[in-house]
Amino acid sequence: MDTTVTTGTAKESVWGGGNQPLGASYGKMMMWFFIVSDALTFSGFLASYGFSRFKFIETWPIADEVFTHVPFFHGNYPMIYVAFMTFILIMSSVTMVLAVDAGHKMKQNAVIWYMFLTIIGGAIFLGSQAWEWATFIKGDYGAVETNGGRILQFVNAETGERAALADFAKILPSERAHHERKNGVWFYEEGYKPSFSLDEVREGFLANPNILIRTEAIVQEGEREGHKTLLTREQSLEKIKDAKLVVEGANLIRNEYGSRLFADFFFFITGFHGFHVFSGVVINVIIFFNVILGTYERRGHYEMVEKVGLYWHFVDLVWVFVFTFFYLV
Amino acid sequence: MAHAHKLEIFRGLLKFKSNTQKIWGVLIFLSIVTAIEVVLGIYKPRVLTHSYFLGMKLLNWIFIILTLVKAYYIAWDFMHLRDEKTSLRRAIVWVPVFLASYLVFILLFEADYVYTVYRDGFIKWNF
Repeated sequence: MDTTVTTGTAKESVWGGGNQPLGASYGKMMMWFFIVSDALTFSGFLASYGFSRFKFIETWPIADEVFTHVPFFHGNYPMIYVAFMTFILIMSSVTMVLAVDAGHKMKQNAVIWYMFLTIIGGAIFLGSQAWEWATFIKGDYGAVETNGGRILQFVNAETGERAALADFAKILPSERAHHERKNGVWFYEEGYKPSFSLDEVREGFLANPNILIRTEAIVQEGEREGHKTLLTREQSLEKIKDAKLVVEGANLIRNEYGSRLFADFFFFITGFHGFHVFSGVVINVIIFFNVILGTYERRGHYEMVEKVGLYWHFVDLVWVFVFTFFYLV
Repeated sequence: MAHAHKLEIFRGLLKFKSNTQKIWGVLIFLSIVTAIEVVLGIYKPRVLTHSYFLGMKLLNWIFIILTLVKAYYIAWDFMHLRDEKTSLRRAIVWVPVFLASYLVFILLFEADYVYTVYRDGFIKWNF
């Protein structure tokens, strides 16, 4: 932008400062410095995700079976909602770049509107991500964990569909002693408790001959290649003996979808990305008010919009990679 | 205001009249790429999931290549790297590309080794 700070003129000496060999102002350069270093951070995260995944390549959860929900709709719709989130983010990137373009032309009102739409897009994305997390944490079918920390899921042999614990668990009347504050010197609130005890799941499993166990292992060859291994009823009866714990939903320690690292990386990477989106929205809001107040009109240029725009596009760029490596591959 | 935008994409195959028009053009292109990814992700054609190239499924290669294509257009047109000086653009692009590919290569290679240790070694993990 020739209207911004100084551009290198023939009179200046090369070492005297003031010239811009890369044709970018100080602020823009610093934004690029930050983006490059942040890109390396995200590469590190995604590469370590790849490390863990290649390490457990035969047992890693299949994303299509995990992220299958769409708000307000029942049923199995893999990918649809994430695709929607991707589209929202790309769309808000477009309104951002339109705001930058309007800024170059010094159209204050257009910048205001485009910034506003960008912020709305960011807010929709954040809401979607919160919903995605809530669904992931809540879980849908439930599973049991073995002594070795492997997850066993259940399948209805008649329909071939996954069976939820509630479908077959037998309610056993039992007394549970509650630890109360008055009885303990050190009292901790009761933590995570599944809706069925292990005995209830096991009894229900033994009583329902059409429930089979599905293990984490992905079939490597044959007709069912690429699907999780489904045990026969005899094998299942043998396998249920290893069960140690009922797992519902996901937390940082264990999750019903399979490998523990899967949920850890999900929380960590999408969380870190979501934090970037959040801070992007906050910065966008600040710039938005500055535009309304006419700060950049008085300054004579809208380079600030361009800088926050770079950050916002970077967040979109990261999501493109997260989308591929978490949901597609 | 001397602000020159390069208004063509696909090496000049598609030319736009204004910057705004180019932005919408890129949006349409990115949406099409995403749609292709999603459709492939839902249907997972057997041809692509059962053929391998360098130890990875063809489908996954397609996803990764399409991702890089999308990343290119986001960086070049939305972050307007296309309009920056060549030296700045190269400094920004090649540093992370080189470092990330090195990291990915070395970590995935190591992970594959650890996987064979789990598979062939005398470690009981499934009990």
